[in-house]
Amino acid sequence: MKTDPKLPDEKGKFGVYGGRYVSETLMPALIELESAYIEIRDDPKFKAELEYYLRNYAGRPTPLYHARRMSEELGGAKIYLKREDLAHTGAHKINNTLGQALLASRMKKPRIIAETGAGQHGVATATVCALLDIECEIFMGVEDTARQASNVLRMKLLGARVREVNSGTRTLKDAMNEAMRDWITNVRTTFYIIGSVAGPHPYPMMVRDFQSVIGIESRAQILEIEDRLPDILMACVGGGSNAMGLFYPFIDDSGVEMVGVEAAGLGLESGKHSASIAMGKPGVLHGSKTYILQDAWGQVLGAHSIAPGLDYPGVGPEHSFLKDSGRVNYTSVTDTEALDAFRFLSETEGIIPALESSHALAAAIKSAPEMTRDSIMIICLSGRGDKDIQSVAKILEYDSHTP
Amino acid sequence: MSRIEHKFKELNQTGKAALIAFLTAGDPRVDLTVDLCLKLEESGADIIELGVPFSDPMADGPTIQAASERSHRGGTTMSDVLSIIAKIRVRSEIPIITFGYYNPFFAYGHGEFAADAAGAGADGLLVVDLPPEEAEEFKSHTDKAGLDFIFLLAPTSTEERIALVAQKASGFIYLVSVTGVTGARPALDFSLEALTNKIRAYSGLPVGVGFGVSTPEQAEKISRFADAVIVGSALVNIIEKHSSVERVLLCKVGEFIKGLSCGCYKSESTKN
Ligand SMILES: Cc1ncc(COP(=O)(O)O)c(C=O)c1O
Repeated sequence: MKTDPKLPDEKGKFGVYGGRYVSETLMPALIELESAYIEIRDDPKFKAELEYYLRNYAGRPTPLYHARRMSEELGGAKIYLKREDLAHTGAHKINNTLGQALLASRMKKPRIIAETGAGQHGVATATVCALLDIECEIFMGVEDTARQASNVLRMKLLGARVREVNSGTRTLKDAMNEAMRDWITNVRTTFYIIGSVAGPHPYPMMVRDFQSVIGIESRAQILEIEDRLPDILMACVGGGSNAMGLFYPFIDDSGVEMVGVEAAGLGLESGKHSASIAMGKPGVLHGSKTYILQDAWGQVLGAHSIAPGLDYPGVGPEHSFLKDSGRVNYTSVTDTEALDAFRFLSETEGIIPALESSHALAAAIKSAPEMTRDSIMIICLSGRGDKDIQSVAKILEYDSHTP
Repeated sequence: MSRIEHKFKELNQTGKAALIAFLTAGDPRVDLTVDLCLKLEESGADIIELGVPFSDPMADGPTIQAASERSHRGGTTMSDVLSIIAKIRVRSEIPIITFGYYNPFFAYGHGEFAADAAGAGADGLLVVDLPPEEAEEFKSHTDKAGLDFIFLLAPTSTEERIALVAQKASGFIYLVSVTGVTGARPALDFSLEALTNKIRAYSGLPVGVGFGVSTPEQAEKISRFADAVIVGSALVNIIEKHSSVERVLLCKVGEFIKGLSCGCYKSESTKN
């Protein structure tokens, strides 16, 4: 099935999803942002500037690496890893923060704020703010400042202020609430860099466009290496930005199957998971209509995942659209399966993946063996796992004395 | 004529701005909300905004966030909110507006909400995160049920948006007094009068000013140019502080509202 290339429509809708559900105070800012973005989107000078930084600063293009041992070990599809872990700051998040921060500086905004869960988006935002000399404040739930302590330190070293969020679930959802509140208060001077394909229009479109570099490169690289398109793409889905970035440039290639992998946490039936698409219902959170984990009365439920970047009860609206249209299949893997994949990739390829990316790997570990040896799979390795080593060691009861 | 329209007409004749009081339904308890609302009316409140608790009150400061969380933890549902309204309606004709975030309304169902809210005796609704661009479908149901759909305008609103809101709004227009979240503030923006006048150029509806109001002096200042003074966080603070002893709570709330209500009389010089 083909999706409409013009999506989102002029109201920011992907079918019934997306839109702009915010209080009046923010509406003028979103309208201003949308027109500023549309203006620079096709501006050759802006594109050249972004490309310069993506190449020389972020280290793009990232490699498309044939994971030979992993493929052999699983005995099925030929697996390629799109190495976003090798991008500067260690995850795909920098693709988006570079784009948005350059836009912020065009719009002459002296201050940038962002929410973060795993801390990767926070670090990527703090990084570009240092680069472009813009004041930076990052909102992060206290649960996450504890489990991603090394990223908190990185943000501080980069000159950002880290604001710990104590309300609600104390994770990504409430970090985003707090960032929104700050934006409502300081909207005239502040640019809000949302870290995923979530939030009100134009964010889902803009973040998708900035992240599409992942899929554009992957498509060119696989054609170069294999002289054909892949059979299947796999990516983890928190808000869904690395997945949208990989999928979008392939969306009209009807022979390419796409799988988004949500976090099943302790199991879908346990109620402790972040599988918004599998277990949620359409609703409105953080400015857009999309699948949300909620009770019968429309109260948003707390999510759970071992991966802080997936620990979110919503998902980008375009994923909701792609789920309903059937173009993308969504599945989920548990904390335990993700942990196993984390160790598996570390041991077979010498690459320590982020716990978020480990979800995509875990789904691949299940499906690759069922595919033929001449089929090709691309997995988005959205980030590296350095940030997770302490919490994984704790869970596995490893320490430096463990043999 | 709707209860809201009637109330504004009546007050206009007495030379008083409407005092609109916001409180979160179910804070501290569902049964107490009915008594609190009746006390508000007895003490001089003219319209009640009944907050529907939500898990993610993105446009609220710490005070109303905490109230919403207390009520949410207590299990208050949209059904409870509507039954509070029905109980008040048996004993009072005070206009009541439900005030909240969109998802609980969406989950309840547009048509269902419109019918049940009107049935309970509600007069209008304000949905913080539902700007006119997204409100059309819901509004077609609430219009049919005779409910007023109240929209916000803010200091950031452009002339274009003022025109849009003026075209869609009914009941009154709620002008957010500050660029920011809810919360009591010592000082209010001075450009509010100019903004109110700008809104009047587009709409004949009454204009209410809210966010940050906490003293009779502030109420007095706003009453000079606006048709309604809206108080929220300052009232919720009092409810939070005195919630342990019911008699004291009702007394303190009454005392506070009386003071504000006196502030709402338009001074002789500006009365027309
Ligand atoms: C490495 C990594 N992958 C994935 C994600 C999830 O975000 P998204 O679904 O937007 O790609 C995060 C978020 O923090 C992340 O750090």
